[in-house]
Amino acid sequence: MSIVSQFPRFVAGSFRLVRRGNAAYWAWLAFLAVLIVSGALAFARQVSEGLVVTAMRDQVSWGFYIGNFTFLVGVAAAAVVLVIPAYIYDWKPIREIVIYGELLAVSAILMCLLFVLVDIGRPDRFWHLIPGLGHLNFPRSILAWDVLVLNIYFAINFVVATHILYRAFNGRHYDTRIVVPLVLLSIPMAVGIHTVTAFLFNGLAARPYWNSSILAPQFLASAFCSGPAILLILFQVLRRFTRFEIQDEAISKIAELMAYALFLNLFLHGAEAFKEYYSDTQHLLYTRYWFSGLGEHRTLVPYAWTAVALNLSAFLLFIIPAGRRHWVTLNLGCLATYAGCYIDKGMGLIIPGLTPDALGEIYEYVPSLTELRVAAGVFAVGFLVFTLMLKVAVPISLGEFQHEPDTGEAH
Amino acid sequence: MDPEKRPPPVSRRQFASVAAAAAAGFILTACGPKRLRELSRERLAALLEDLEKDYTKRFGTAVVVADTPPIEGVTFAYALDLSRCIGCRRCVYACVEENNQSRDPEVQWIRVLGMNKEKGIDFSESDPYYQPAEVPEEGHFYVPVACQQCRNAPCTKVCPTGATWTEPDGIVVIDYDWCVGCRYCMAACPYGARHFNWAEPTIPRDHLNTKTHYLGNRPRPKGVVEKCTFCIQRVRAGRYPACVEVCPVGARKFGNLLDPKSEIRYVIENKRVLVLKEELNTMPKFFYFYGT
Amino acid sequence: MRGLYVMALALALVASAAAPVALAQHPSPAPLPRAGPPPAEERVEVPPPPFTDGIFPCTSCHASLKVNRVRRPLADMHGDIVLTHDEQHRWCLDCHDPDNRDWLHLASGEKVPFEQSYLLCGQCHGEKLRDWRAGVHGRRTGEWNGHKGYLLCAHCHNPHQPRFRAVTPKPAPARPSAAK
Repeated sequence: MSIVSQFPRFVAGSFRLVRRGNAAYWAWLAFLAVLIVSGALAFARQVSEGLVVTAMRDQVSWGFYIGNFTFLVGVAAAAVVLVIPAYIYDWKPIREIVIYGELLAVSAILMCLLFVLVDIGRPDRFWHLIPGLGHLNFPRSILAWDVLVLNIYFAINFVVATHILYRAFNGRHYDTRIVVPLVLLSIPMAVGIHTVTAFLFNGLAARPYWNSSILAPQFLASAFCSGPAILLILFQVLRRFTRFEIQDEAISKIAELMAYALFLNLFLHGAEAFKEYYSDTQHLLYTRYWFSGLGEHRTLVPYAWTAVALNLSAFLLFIIPAGRRHWVTLNLGCLATYAGCYIDKGMGLIIPGLTPDALGEIYEYVPSLTELRVAAGVFAVGFLVFTLMLKVAVPISLGEFQHEPDTGEAH
Repeated sequence: MDPEKRPPPVSRRQFASVAAAAAAGFILTACGPKRLRELSRERLAALLEDLEKDYTKRFGTAVVVADTPPIEGVTFAYALDLSRCIGCRRCVYACVEENNQSRDPEVQWIRVLGMNKEKGIDFSESDPYYQPAEVPEEGHFYVPVACQQCRNAPCTKVCPTGATWTEPDGIVVIDYDWCVGCRYCMAACPYGARHFNWAEPTIPRDHLNTKTHYLGNRPRPKGVVEKCTFCIQRVRAGRYPACVEVCPVGARKFGNLLDPKSEIRYVIENKRVLVLKEELNTMPKFFYFYGT
Repeated sequence: MRGLYVMALALALVASAAAPVALAQHPSPAPLPRAGPPPAEERVEVPPPPFTDGIFPCTSCHASLKVNRVRRPLADMHGDIVLTHDEQHRWCLDCHDPDNRDWLHLASGEKVPFEQSYLLCGQCHGEKLRDWRAGVHGRRTGEWNGHKGYLLCAHCHNPHQPRFRAVTPKPAPARPSAAK
């Protein structure tokens, strides 16, 4: 089939595309390369000496890596914020750009899997988690569920995105028999991945801070703000540096959806805070550690209130229509959303859940330099993959990168 | 007890032999049933022989890795007398010696919580770092905590690879060669009973306990979880756990829950018995009681 | 009236004569526990009592000494023993048999050997004795499904100063620190 025989040309063409770029592009790639090398070296040290090079200990046995993992699952789930208007409501302004949400989902899941790999004590044994090769304790272990749904969601988005792009490269429309069912499946899957990730924490009776029914809806709410925040900034960057077009309407609509998600996020956090403070049981300890510290242990307090301020300001900026339209407030809002949700999902979720520990001890966890380097490396890998995919996807969707049936060459 | 001097660093030959054993283990497990739990007795015996050779070479002394099966009609349980414990921590160190725990980084399966009599059993007021000149201290009582061997264990529920399970005699065990070190079980344990090997464990050669069990006190690798196994290597041979024997005030009791004449049944039937964090419904087989 | 009194008296006489006959129909009350050594199955196997070196047999000195049952502080010998065990009310001869110092005695006068001193302690500390027999009080050694090792009370508790002294605790665990 000609479509298959074009694949080498597609690959060659893609290589040519990613090698073409302005100074900013190369500076960006160089920056990512530095982070990746630094991360790889730090990870090598971690593999050789053990996880003791992190700041995690028995008392706080999950930290920065799992926090980032949780945040990125949310970012991946956020593709659904584009998929629903695009495919269910068939709204053209978003229909044109939904592919980028799917590519973001692919990069985000890749980063999630990498964060799990760098967090486990025996990365050489990761194959124990592959059903068939290893043994997956399904359905009892929620982590087993997470392994499955994350990989399924990754596969769906990968297949849909590459199919659409490759078909476009060949000047053909995508096959609705493949794409539509997969895309429809990706909607409950998106909700599914973040619900399962929430259940990971939610199901642990040993950790009262996490053992709350509100966790799954709250995760989804914060996911639906943080993912689109990245996309909105991305779209403005693409608009600036390529011939990529996106209607202001689309950006505004996404920001509006984010505003509702931000409200829900704030509301659910507020509901949680009410329950803790009003019921005033011993379980309040964990929330107090986050918002006001316990005794002289106050490391997280500045982060707690910064996150509240960021989320609140982002909501106010976006709920006012003018705020969504002006590019300054739009971008401030996006950055505030991203930062606020990042602090919330990382420091605000993992550490207070484990501090004080099961026997009442307080160990103040602060990520070590090695952890920061490895995490930066993982983020850099994700951003690199995303950048390279965009470098190919944008020209394809603009019609600039296409297979020429006459000359048999791609340009 | 101060940690001994570190053993000499691993030589290339030692590393190679360990790597070879690991590779053999990988191939053995990759080409068939993978978890120790799934192996036939013959294959398990062969694997344990390899382990013994590996340990013997590594530590320069003959190490035995037993595969003593559970005894029929036995469910182990433990009882600790809170009116007797004086917080001397001899159980902690007896356990470290018996079960080959790492000295550096320090791993201790038993944690003794110093509690205030005025506050009662309140974990937020507990202090495991007490170091007075003498114990027991005025106004304090002591609660040693280790794995509660729960009947409704949250840890075995959450393990993604099925590397931890409850044996027929009630002991919750870990397959150290299958655990991937995700530490989900540690997040799930309400008693802080599971411990992680954050670095390569170090055991001084002259303190190695060479009588080991493959699910219990055999030397563990880096990056896996470990915890109290009720001294599985002892109790399946009819002996008491090391902590029971060493306790100078007789605060620790152990036995077969299914034997009506055991000490443990006597305690449950005649004493005021409590379990920690009962509302979590973990149903521990570790009971605390007041003997006085 | 006098007739009634005479009749009542006659009835009482008849009744008291008939009473032993009537009572003889009911079973007699159980006999009191025998004095003498306890039945063999109650004896608990223990290691030898923790005598101070050379102190036993006590009769090597006491056989030739006159028995003085007057409660007093000791002057000539055993002055090193300080009694802090209900010393307001008890003294040496409440436990040590006055006539044969190689034995202890119970409140009834019944003699018990040092190897069964738990019977003496159990007079006041009955619940402890019951717990000890069940294996719940005291250090446990031996095998949980085989031979269970028992110790005498005196192996852990000094009978004259039974309260445990405080001990130095072993070192506290290392605090977690992100040292690397």
